[in-house]
Amino acid sequence: MRVARVNNRGDAVLSLEHLAVTFGNVRAVRDLSLTVAAGECLGVVGESGAGKSQAFLAALGLLAANGRATGTARFGSVDLLALRQPELDEIRGARIGLVFQDPMTSLTPHMRIGDQIAEPIVRHTGASFADARTRALALLNQVHVTDADRRMRQYPHELSGGMRQRVMIAIALSCDPQLLIADEPTTALDVTIQAQILALLAELKRARGMSMVLITHDMGAVAGIADRVAVMRRGEIVEVGAVGAIFKAPQHAYTRELLTAVRRTDDVLTLNTLDGSVAAYRAPVAAGVDHSDGNRAVVLGVAHASSPTLVLDGLRVDFKVRTSPFGKQRTLVAVDGVSLELAAGEALGVVGESGSGKSTLARAALQLIRPESGRVVWLGRQVDALTQNALRPLRRDVQVVFQDPLASLDPRMTAGEIIAEPLQVHRPETDRTARDAAVLRALDLVRLDRGLANRYPHELSGGQCQRVGIARAMVTQPHLLICDEPVSALDATVQDQIVSLLAELKREAGLAILFISHNLSVVRQLCDRILVLYLGRMMERAPAASVYARPLHPYTRELLDSAPIADPDVQPARLSRTLPGEPPSPLFPPSGCVYRTRCPHAVALCAERVPAWEEAEPGRFVACHRWREIAS
Amino acid sequence: MLGYALRRIVGVIPTLLIIISASFFIVRLAPGGPFDQEQTLSREVRANLDRVYGLDQPITVQYGRYLNALSHGDFGPSYKQRDFSVNELIAQGLPVSATLGISALLLALGAGIPLGLLAAVRRQTSVDWGITSMVVLGLALPGFVTGPLLALLFGVYLQWLPAGGWEEAAPRYFVLPAVTLAVPVAAYIARLTRSSALEVFRANFIRTARARGLGLRRILWGHALRPTLLPVVSYIGPAAAFVVTGSLVVETVFGLPGTGRYLVQGAINRDYPLVMGMVIIYGTLVLLFNLITDLVYGWLDPRVRHE
Amino acid sequence: MSEVSAKTTTLSDLRRTSSLWSKAAARLRCNRVATAAAGVICVLVVAAITGPLVSPYRVDSLDWEHLAVAPFGSGSHWLGTDRLGRDLFVRICSGLRISLIISLVSTAISLGIGVTWGAVAGYLGGRTDELMMRTVDILYSLPYLFIVIILTTLFERGSLPVLFCAIGAVGWLTTARIVRGQTLSLARREFIEAARATGLSTPAILLRHIIPNLLGPIVAYAALTIPQMILFESFLSFLGLGVQEPLASLGSLINDGAQEMQSAPWILLVPASFLVALLICFNLLGDALSDALDPRDAGGSRE
Repeated sequence: MRVARVNNRGDAVLSLEHLAVTFGNVRAVRDLSLTVAAGECLGVVGESGAGKSQAFLAALGLLAANGRATGTARFGSVDLLALRQPELDEIRGARIGLVFQDPMTSLTPHMRIGDQIAEPIVRHTGASFADARTRALALLNQVHVTDADRRMRQYPHELSGGMRQRVMIAIALSCDPQLLIADEPTTALDVTIQAQILALLAELKRARGMSMVLITHDMGAVAGIADRVAVMRRGEIVEVGAVGAIFKAPQHAYTRELLTAVRRTDDVLTLNTLDGSVAAYRAPVAAGVDHSDGNRAVVLGVAHASSPTLVLDGLRVDFKVRTSPFGKQRTLVAVDGVSLELAAGEALGVVGESGSGKSTLARAALQLIRPESGRVVWLGRQVDALTQNALRPLRRDVQVVFQDPLASLDPRMTAGEIIAEPLQVHRPETDRTARDAAVLRALDLVRLDRGLANRYPHELSGGQCQRVGIARAMVTQPHLLICDEPVSALDATVQDQIVSLLAELKREAGLAILFISHNLSVVRQLCDRILVLYLGRMMERAPAASVYARPLHPYTRELLDSAPIADPDVQPARLSRTLPGEPPSPLFPPSGCVYRTRCPHAVALCAERVPAWEEAEPGRFVACHRWREIAS
Repeated sequence: MLGYALRRIVGVIPTLLIIISASFFIVRLAPGGPFDQEQTLSREVRANLDRVYGLDQPITVQYGRYLNALSHGDFGPSYKQRDFSVNELIAQGLPVSATLGISALLLALGAGIPLGLLAAVRRQTSVDWGITSMVVLGLALPGFVTGPLLALLFGVYLQWLPAGGWEEAAPRYFVLPAVTLAVPVAAYIARLTRSSALEVFRANFIRTARARGLGLRRILWGHALRPTLLPVVSYIGPAAAFVVTGSLVVETVFGLPGTGRYLVQGAINRDYPLVMGMVIIYGTLVLLFNLITDLVYGWLDPRVRHE
Repeated sequence: MSEVSAKTTTLSDLRRTSSLWSKAAARLRCNRVATAAAGVICVLVVAAITGPLVSPYRVDSLDWEHLAVAPFGSGSHWLGTDRLGRDLFVRICSGLRISLIISLVSTAISLGIGVTWGAVAGYLGGRTDELMMRTVDILYSLPYLFIVIILTTLFERGSLPVLFCAIGAVGWLTTARIVRGQTLSLARREFIEAARATGLSTPAILLRHIIPNLLGPIVAYAALTIPQMILFESFLSFLGLGVQEPLASLGSLINDGAQEMQSAPWILLVPASFLVALLICFNLLGDALSDALDPRDAGGSRE
């Protein structure tokens, strides 16, 4: 463990010394020593469970009831750990501001926004309520909340996630703190909104000369803002240094591992400079998989290539929604006119943010939701008109992997039982030994230790749970695998492993994969073609290489620009180019082109007519009125 | 919000109709008629009685006539206490029962909520253990045990309050009965409030409130109280129902002339109109309380309120 | 692949680790209050079964020599006698027996109906759900007392099967509501969607996935329902609608005792203490069970 004190003690705004945090017998943080200098931004990175949040929560006296902290946390001239709660209350919110991870649940649901911002001002500065509200309005403008006057009177649930996070930041800044601690401030947000929030934080730091601590698992986020970086693992710091040094010349093996995991999925820049070459790309595997070793081909089954594995044609999915029990019913168009074809051995990535309808699309493709109109064809057979009973035997060939690894497994069943279940449904004639053998083979396929078969889901890690989910999907040897954000809930290194596993399955079994994600960089490793969705409509569909090298649609461009790059030389500049604007509510889509409210190239025509779905180049489709002018 | 309230009120009517009809026919299922327990009556007298009360008509006609009378607000005559109509009997007894019930409910809320909050704030301390023990005891003591015990203690030994009986609207006669009735409800509310508060304390937005440096008192009253009360509000409906039936015991034990005994005696005596009257009152009360509960819930939780 | 397969040919060879049940049992054992409560309940159950066998008196035998004797007053009447000279110890044990039987059977009935109703309504959702819960709402608004009275007067008073049904019929409404709420949140979880995507039929999903996951809350709820059933039965006895002579339940004993309260208070206090003790222990055990079975605490450490 290395402790590098770049600044001397005198400059430090916050200084943690030999901090240790325990919960019962679990040691979350061991012997941590860190300083935050005045005016600097310290990035604290590490994977989940590293103890990064716990260290700072402990310093501020916000640990859960059974947490104990020892050591020193020097803020100015006081030791925070020696203070009692009422004394800490003087400092919290006034001299140290905190921003938390989940904006959905971090604001008090029954208080208006204006009141929530004004409250700490009144409490700490003794200002009158009227003055505090004026100041709150000013703060909302500083954090770029549109229509601030109206927002003051609204409740948290009426705001979008990005807005709520801005409000959280406004609250944290309300009393002009010396130090702002942001604990995973962007994790729960869409990638374009993440970029906006990070840009906002960078701007605030510059404008106020404030010190900042950014706790995150996202290396790209850190690269854009931090001056110094501390890497944590299992409660200890493994490396500390200036941001350039950490990213360019990492000393510790773990840091290198983190950076490799991130860089492998993050090489957009590299692709650009490689002039569109597809070195990182694999062409779709021809069906009739030759190069698998004999054993695996027997296990996995060889796919047929006669017709496309999956066809969606003009799919439309509606929901009847009542926004509140007192309100009237409206129709929400979640998916509008989506068409795609997927061949055997091919992976198609469906990319979009929240509200894009991608999860709904996955469920419609699986016939878990019935589409309003449009065709769904599995392996040459039209299924959208079939009853659930008729569909049942066909489900053998179409399987799914869900987003939340733990929630997608029945907590009362062991891993082995979970994996065996599809066999019980589709091949009830197999006897116990044959089933067990199939389960063990499936475990091998996903590279899980056989000994885990009798474990319950709550005893497995996130990555292991997801592998069980994949094993369950593969045990019936399906032809089509639909993955709904399968890696979003996992750490970067584990994400990498799971995506590689899927790539291997695709290659060796000729499996067709529909891969849904909000993260363009993750999709890159696996997918041959990409479909970009916005508010349920298709924006662009093209081979992956060309999407990354030369995106045609402005939204694709925005997505690419928002994806953080773990390179401190490049990322800060990219952050300052972030586009403002919030996604519109799916209940009230804009007229004409739905993206026009955020598009920097929008003209009058875009509001009048829905753009046609044109073939811009062979195999590349785009829906934009102005793609030609933008491209040149 | 107003639209929702109106819709709900209108929706109550079909439910009420079903209740009335179901009760009407169920009561007449029981063997025996209203006049069987009397001394043996001669045939003619019996036939006369039947005719006067319309019991010789086919049941559908009786049903129709009953509904007709009901729409004019007439619950009909009591078969057993023939000097009185059901309206009069209810008018006599309802004020007593209503006062008892409402005071019990208010007492239960007034005691249960603060105790629950206190136990939650002072979790795992002796205060918490004390309150939890009281809660367990309160839930385990039935009304017909607490009633006599309280009467014994305060009425006979200490002589602070009357042990029973009732004088025209004198409040002291209501104290012991209301307390007896309130004890199990207060215990349940205390427990509910405590667990709800503990869950709210764990919520993210409370952590944010603490991070803003707001003091414990401000957080408790301004941020934690309203979400904590949500489950308690949902419980008020069932609580009211409990109080209404529990009042039967309490009225018997303390000798209060309320409406509780009408239901039991009425069913045993086959006094159909009386029973029907009680069922309708009861049903209306429950539905009304459920409606109030929903509206209060909507007011407390803005997420439910807004478009 | 080959070396492992030599050792582990079947899944049953592998060591089975802790399920939620064994974790809950372990946690219960650590909880001293719950263990004490369970112990008391066992003692009471044993007394209920063996008590009448141990004592020289029978439930309805009248001892003219010892009318209304206080507990420990006379040698062989350990808990005293009542106004008619009947030994209280035997009557209480017999009363315990009746009360326990009634409450257990009624709980079973109400759970059986309530769980099925609630799970089906919660899982199917939509119109079916609305209809089924509307029915529950309507039945809820009928005073249950009324139905019980009608039932007991329709059939002979105090017949045990009628009491089982009447009391059980009361409880299923709340059970159905709670189970429906739980099912609604369960049905949205991803593992249920995964089961549908696998091709499981609706009954299979209900049986294999929904109900096993409901068992935890149901067991805890059952432990809390039993005392309510006992209370309700005592309430009926108080009204004279419960078990009839010569059978005795705790409720009827208390009713008898309440009439003698001023002159011979132990006739009320002794059965009342037993009732209260039983109820307290069940409540404590039920609370402890619902804490122990709470899946939120069951998770091991996640990386």
